[in-house]
Amino acid sequence: MNDSTHDVSNRALSNLDLETSEKPYLDSNELIINMGPQHPATHGVLRVILKLDGEKVLGTECVIGYLHRGVEKIAENRTYTMFNPYVDRMDYVAAVSNGLGYCEAVEKLMNVEAPARAKYIRVILTELNRIASHQLWLGTHALDIGAMTPLFYTFRDREEILKIFEKYCGARLTTHAFRIGGCQYETYAGFEKEVKNFLTFVAPKIDEYEELLTTNRIWIERTKNVGVISALDAIALGVTGPVLRASGVKWDLRKAQPYAAYSEFDFDIPTGTNGDTYDRYLVRMAEMRQSLRIIEQAVNRIPEGPIMAKVPKIIKPPVGEIYHSIEAPKGELGYFIVSDGSTQPYRLRVRPPSFVNLQALDTMVRGLLVADVVAVIGTIDIVLGEVDR
Amino acid sequence: MAEEAKPPVPPPPPEGEKKPAAEGRAAPASAEAAKPAAPAKPAGPVPVPWTSPLVEKYKGQYGSGLDAQTYLGQNYFAVDRSLIPDILRLLRDEEQFDYCVDITAVHYLQREKQFDVVWILYSFPRNERVRVKTQIADGASIPSSVSLWATANWLEREVYDMFGIQFDGHPDLKRILLPDGWKGHPLRKDYGILQQDNEWVQINLGIESGQ
Repeated sequence: MNDSTHDVSNRALSNLDLETSEKPYLDSNELIINMGPQHPATHGVLRVILKLDGEKVLGTECVIGYLHRGVEKIAENRTYTMFNPYVDRMDYVAAVSNGLGYCEAVEKLMNVEAPARAKYIRVILTELNRIASHQLWLGTHALDIGAMTPLFYTFRDREEILKIFEKYCGARLTTHAFRIGGCQYETYAGFEKEVKNFLTFVAPKIDEYEELLTTNRIWIERTKNVGVISALDAIALGVTGPVLRASGVKWDLRKAQPYAAYSEFDFDIPTGTNGDTYDRYLVRMAEMRQSLRIIEQAVNRIPEGPIMAKVPKIIKPPVGEIYHSIEAPKGELGYFIVSDGSTQPYRLRVRPPSFVNLQALDTMVRGLLVADVVAVIGTIDIVLGEVDR
Repeated sequence: MAEEAKPPVPPPPPEGEKKPAAEGRAAPASAEAAKPAAPAKPAGPVPVPWTSPLVEKYKGQYGSGLDAQTYLGQNYFAVDRSLIPDILRLLRDEEQFDYCVDITAVHYLQREKQFDVVWILYSFPRNERVRVKTQIADGASIPSSVSLWATANWLEREVYDMFGIQFDGHPDLKRILLPDGWKGHPLRKDYGILQQDNEWVQINLGIESGQ
């Protein structure tokens, strides 16, 4: 495995070819099996074709698109305001992040800036959402590997975040929390207190998750040195987010190119060293704690003032194009918008982190066992709604 | 094309098809007032030439085949299609743009060269983003950049799937989000939002229409 890690491109070229393979499938030890699309461990409708030698994975091919709804086409036929709720439906476990990226991209295109108070509200909700997303990831990932308890713990605690969302904007998952130019809603009475209560509530819970897993022998056996991806491979494959950081690249858009109010907060970027499933687990656990730090600073310093910038009722950005990206829980979420000066985007491209990260699956599982494929799909943390759009 | 004939002061943005409407409104109001008012009216930001050592170097090398602009603080190259392989390779190898963020396309139905193909690149060492775009005609192909960035594999497949743009040298150029037998490329402007490949739907799903 080691000698092949430096050349990703060659491996991509030797993609497995099912139709024109010269070897008859069942004549050798190679076996082709189909995993998904209806499979509990594929986190949605992902189909993975596995080429196996016994239990060993020789290659994979992902078949995606089962959830394709044509989000980018829809965008061209909706006004900027009307399209806003659609973005929540891509990565539906991190809807707030999607909305933040979209609103900031359109704001940038219009050359307006959200007021400071709106930015703080945005940061608080987005970071809460990051914790919720990581909790859901942890619960399902652990369940895939066979640890059932974390699922109950994480869902129990995630509920508290969803309650805050529900009180703030009426929705739990697809929140549509932000508007172009700021926030629609002022925080409700007692918002700050509830957020602070949540912080003190959840910090020991994260320790609890770690107690269950970090030194658990089965967990370590199933995750250490499984799905290793080197930093060079990860960069070549465009992998971002916790997966990239676990390979030792200290890169987070919140620090590299700060948006919203992130430049005003003090936080660290956790990184790993081995780029394996265990490191990705540790990175995400540490990220949850960093998010708590950010929320605590934000909620203590939340400024007074308006929550909406001066934005016309009918949004017509000037002719031009913009790319804006944010650090979503899964990686770099970007929006490339081309405006022709009308009320509808001429072209809106979403750069989805899950889609790009999923491409690394093949690199990560070659040479592993079938059971590890399940672990690696979990550790990439994909949401098929975002992969397929 | 008419806006090229009357040369008032403001530099027209390259994508500025909407320009004549704004000027047309200002002109009939009063002939002399139009002069000072005209530059002030189109208030929106305008692309300005992007100057940096990087641009100087490439301008010297490639001359008119390459245009460098900055819009709202974001830099981009508009490059001749023939220079694309060179430019992308140089950006990766010599300028450390080691991360290909995204590859996408934009369809302009009325234009002679119908497609803009856009590469969004990022450099970890420089913490800098740059966009490279080029125009190609319908049916023309573009060299694949899978050998430069492995991530281009799926991104180019998606562009092919959605726009029908061919990437030469791609290891496995086939549809990615839509089913293999689908006809048509949905993100083209002449593909209606309600349009579907009904034949495919009828054969494969056994229903009359997906709508």
